[in-house]
Amino acid sequence: MFFNLPFIVAALLVILGIITMLIKRNLIKMIMGLSLVEAGVNLLLVSLGYRAGGIAPIFTNAPAGVMVMPTVQAMTLTNIVIGIATTALLLSFVMVIYRMYGTANANKVRKLRG
Amino acid sequence: MMQEIILQNLPALLLAVPMLGAFATPLIGRAGGGARNLWTVAVMLATLAIAIVLTAQVLSSGTVVYTFGAGAADLTVPADSGGIPVRIIFTVDAMGAFMTLSASIVGLGVMLYSLSSASRSTGQNGYYALLLLLVVGILGMVCTGDMFNFFVFLEINSLAGAALVAYRVDKGVAVEGGLKYAVLSTLGGLLVLFAIALLYGQYDALNIAVLASRIQFTPLDQIALVMLLVALAMKAGAVPMHFWTPDAYSMAPSAITALLVVASQASLYGVFRVVFTLYGLTLNYVTIGWIIIILGVLSMFVGVTMAIPQKDVKRLMAYHAVSQTGYMLLGVGVGLAVLGNPQLLDSYGVIAMEGGIFHIINHAMYKGLLFLTAGAIFYRTGTRNLNQLGGLGHSMKWTMVFFIIGALAIAGIPPFNGFASKLMIYESVFLFNPLLAIIAMVVSILTLASFVKVFHSIFMGPRLPEYAEVREAPTPMLIGMGLLSLLVVLFGIFPQEVVDILITPAASALIDQGGYIASVLGGA
Repeated sequence: MFFNLPFIVAALLVILGIITMLIKRNLIKMIMGLSLVEAGVNLLLVSLGYRAGGIAPIFTNAPAGVMVMPTVQAMTLTNIVIGIATTALLLSFVMVIYRMYGTANANKVRKLRG
Repeated sequence: MMQEIILQNLPALLLAVPMLGAFATPLIGRAGGGARNLWTVAVMLATLAIAIVLTAQVLSSGTVVYTFGAGAADLTVPADSGGIPVRIIFTVDAMGAFMTLSASIVGLGVMLYSLSSASRSTGQNGYYALLLLLVVGILGMVCTGDMFNFFVFLEINSLAGAALVAYRVDKGVAVEGGLKYAVLSTLGGLLVLFAIALLYGQYDALNIAVLASRIQFTPLDQIALVMLLVALAMKAGAVPMHFWTPDAYSMAPSAITALLVVASQASLYGVFRVVFTLYGLTLNYVTIGWIIIILGVLSMFVGVTMAIPQKDVKRLMAYHAVSQTGYMLLGVGVGLAVLGNPQLLDSYGVIAMEGGIFHIINHAMYKGLLFLTAGAIFYRTGTRNLNQLGGLGHSMKWTMVFFIIGALAIAGIPPFNGFASKLMIYESVFLFNPLLAIIAMVVSILTLASFVKVFHSIFMGPRLPEYAEVREAPTPMLIGMGLLSLLVVLFGIFPQEVVDILITPAASALIDQGGYIASVLGGA
């Protein structure tokens, strides 16, 4: 049970993020929900990479022991970088929308329909 | 010597050239607009040339494998790695090569067309840089043999696409479309990454070939499959996850819309790669096949019925794009539903898949062409509203000819390419389930009806006073449209040659899961 805790938390974070995106009407809060989903995915990745008793794969002065292949850690880093770029792009979109429409409420930002 | 280096590193160059081109564009743009235009067209031409050579290589000598950072490009499994391909590996089989070719042809048409369509706008350096980045994203998705790499290129594709949709702010409306597209594709991308994490956690691998050789279809795999399918079908614009398509397609600059169609098809390729190569026979192919068929039929029908009442010409075409995606899903879904039965697969399954795959390239050509004509009309008249347009046949004759070619092709009228692929789908799907074939035909008729209406309201009627000044579209636009319509006609007149050379190898590459695995892991 305790061993699975990080996975459960990761899944909860993703679900929480999706719910936030669905029920919040403020565009900034919807983007916060998206960031929660991202955090959940990152947590899942990092917790997959944990091996009890393993050591970091740094060969200089390495203590004896089994080294862990850092694939998921590298994936997480990449995803964090991608996440920053995405969030910046989304927030700049919201800024433009706020400047043009005078609101960031998703119910009022509805010029495209049909 | 030089030639040898190029030939050995084709898959890497295919991405490196447009990526370098994209990041150098703003720098070269400082030297002036002419130099930049020359540079971007040269980069796109080089990319197309590499794609053609790569496709020829794949078709003549089988799947091309490229290992990044290894001593030799085909050294997929290093001796000291314990039998696991640790490096990023590009696996370009006939299906991937086919997608690269189709993407780079449309890319070139779009680039030429942009020379005019973007010439009156500000911020062109960023526009061309993002356009090339979008091409990189598409090419990367269809070439890579690594799940995580696929996710990275999916994100490049989404971000560049969303930024381009919103590029012309247009009083904020375009940004609204871009925001919708960006939020949905990011969420989709994160779902894909979640699924990749689930697969990695079980099989300790990211390489598609290794995953495919180990996959068991456990409950976790099923969750991963659902996440991958939902996210990629959403990016491909299949009903019921299609709601972003009309907004994004109609608000993007027209040249970009033509390329967004290809970007969606790269996600469609992702769907096919996941079900055929990654899961293959381990999944319950009849159920998944029917799910894809139902998605396809829904897309066809909902897309076309939503298109008919539209007033905005690009919005209308966007709904038709949803509808045409349905044909591809239908064709390939039928192939998947009979995957486990060699007899049925031979009698109609393979033909259905070939029809679906052939429709991908045909759709990229004629839909790209239609969006470009709509853009030319908007460029000259300043409106996309069908109720305000009229009588343009007098002044924009070439645009009208290109529109007719595109419209007849999308409606499946011979001798254009849409007919060739749709006929293959009708014939084979009829053997599978007659009702589905009848629905497909009805949708085609509705498509024709809708385009007759569009044609009538844009080009027919007396010359309107407000458009008295309208002239023919500028020459680079006509060249871009002419390139695509030439291919539409050629593919329509010689369908058998295209199917034999490109489509049949692509379809068999999708079915041949063992061959894909062997090309990376070697031997068995």
